[in-house]
Amino acid sequence: MTTNTTRDAATTAAGTGPVRAGGGTSVLLRDLTRAFGVTRALDGLSIEMAPGELVALLGPSGCGKTTALRIVAGFEIADTGSVLVDGKDISSVPAARRDMGMVFQSYSLFPNMSAQDNVAFGLRMRKIGTGGRRKRAGDLLDMVGLGPQAGQYPHQLSGGQQQRVALARALAIEPRVLLLDEPLSALDAKVRLQLREQIRTLQQRLGTTTLFVTHDQEEALSIADRVGVMSNGKLEQLAAPDELYTSPASAFVAEFVGVMNRVPGELRGGGMVTALGSTMPVRGHIPDETPVDVLVRPEDLTMQVVEHGNGIVTTRTFLGSVTRVGVQLDGDVAVQVDRPSAESAALAPGASVSVSLPGQPVLVATRRVS
Amino acid sequence: MVAVARGGSGGIGPPRRGGFRGVVPPGRYSTTWRWAVLLVTAVYFLLPLWAALRFAGIGAFGSVISESGFTSSLALSVRLAAITTLVTIALMLPTAVYVHLRLPKLRRLLEGITILPLVIPPVVLIVGVLAIAPGFIKSTPLLLALEYVILAMPFAYRAIDAGLRALDLKTIVEAAGSLGAGWGSTLWRVLLPNLRTALLPATVLTVALVLGEFTMASLALYQTFPVWIYVNSQTSGQVSVAASLLALFVTWIVLLAITVLGSRQSRKTGGGEVTLFTVAPTETRGD
Repeated sequence: MTTNTTRDAATTAAGTGPVRAGGGTSVLLRDLTRAFGVTRALDGLSIEMAPGELVALLGPSGCGKTTALRIVAGFEIADTGSVLVDGKDISSVPAARRDMGMVFQSYSLFPNMSAQDNVAFGLRMRKIGTGGRRKRAGDLLDMVGLGPQAGQYPHQLSGGQQQRVALARALAIEPRVLLLDEPLSALDAKVRLQLREQIRTLQQRLGTTTLFVTHDQEEALSIADRVGVMSNGKLEQLAAPDELYTSPASAFVAEFVGVMNRVPGELRGGGMVTALGSTMPVRGHIPDETPVDVLVRPEDLTMQVVEHGNGIVTTRTFLGSVTRVGVQLDGDVAVQVDRPSAESAALAPGASVSVSLPGQPVLVATRRVS
Repeated sequence: MVAVARGGSGGIGPPRRGGFRGVVPPGRYSTTWRWAVLLVTAVYFLLPLWAALRFAGIGAFGSVISESGFTSSLALSVRLAAITTLVTIALMLPTAVYVHLRLPKLRRLLEGITILPLVIPPVVLIVGVLAIAPGFIKSTPLLLALEYVILAMPFAYRAIDAGLRALDLKTIVEAAGSLGAGWGSTLWRVLLPNLRTALLPATVLTVALVLGEFTMASLALYQTFPVWIYVNSQTSGQVSVAASLLALFVTWIVLLAITVLGSRQSRKTGGGEVTLFTVAPTETRGD
């Protein structure tokens, strides 16, 4: 019952663009840099978060996303730059006085305390009386659906339950900002999905400004108002999930988010590129070096069954309404093309096809040496 | 018959070639052996005790308590044990936590340093300290307590180290920090309770060490319980033997009580079994 409503609310909310108005805190990360030895974990990172917004930081491991979160939390100190919460620089405020709720990747509950006492811990630190603590802890455990487990100790709870208690514990202090450091990555797929939806629902209900760090693009795209894709300590793009997918700002973003084909192309000058027989304008950055590849999504390629076409179908994967067709093109190039499943009957492995580009502006990247 | 025991109750599944050669399955042989070893050990330990009991006679136990110096020396030893334990934990816990969190590379070095008291003879330690210690400390039992802290260091550090390794220390400390706990609260409310299973054996060993230490106390001219037993044995052998037997039994009971209490607590919180030195973490369930 609760789970159903939770899921519905989360599904409708997830992925919608505009930010919910209401309370909440604005957060500004301004030009943060942080080096560990010679490694630049953060290289001039700036992010502005609106009150009540959920921003996900997405990127491969080592891109600096966790460092950024830990600087906001106060567990790391930036070499330069500052963190502003509601316009005030908190760089010199110790972690314990930042009022930030944090959920960690690994299970972080205090083993010696029951679920209830874990949730009440932050309130205890704030000198709230026993009665008030117990009530609020109970309310929060009910909110994450763990009221009946209040008296249990962490080792008696499953991983998913532990992370829900950790979430309740982080929210109990009514944090100004909620920081989530890959909170779902230790959980199995089904639990992960449920908890993800629960986090989003709660976050929207409470209007808590939230920074969510993950390496899982599906997670980021489904939960966040805006997603920041990071690489080598820099923000590549910060945009709503649909914008990130349809108009990636760089080749890195394009390839990191969703499936992307690389097709060899030739720069024509005047911002044009030729690939698979079509010539089209280049969108965004034009590489200085050649040779180049044109980046194109599986659904943006067109394909016809013809005799003696430029490719041979190698695989066919049914994905529901669409079927993903693997095609080996002339010149040893493999691409994936999405077709409506209803029109895919003739695309059996071995079929000869003609694959082409529709002529829309495309992203271009320097060809990889493989 | 033997084959059945190997395959079935052995707990290592069907006999495999090669892999488990050398592992003796608990069959008839090992049972016999176990009892034999146990018996020999028991005789080795219990025979001297029985001899001591025969020598002292039951009557001597009654007169121990009324013997002059018994109460004061026992009180001194107990006080020393308490001070030593507190100082040891107060020093070693923050140090070990700090090293684990901030200077993990120094862990080896610290481990090496803490072994030193085992290799340096107590005589050397106490003579050195007596030579340089300021007078105001020499006149109080504090001097001895501080010496005992050094002697207890190898046991205490190892126990605390094992306990810390069983925790996800960094995450727990940061979680406490993000919830508003300063260092004091984190140590007192979070780390100390979670290290209880590790601190109990450390405490037991420290207490046992202090209650039994003779060399330093006698050289520093304190009449602790062991020193009193020795001094008394010059005049009344039977009474002093009865006193040492009493001390032994009391220590055993304390050990037993601490182990039982610790296990009960750790069963509740899943903190692992309490044994001297090792703390085996209990696994959390998968999802």
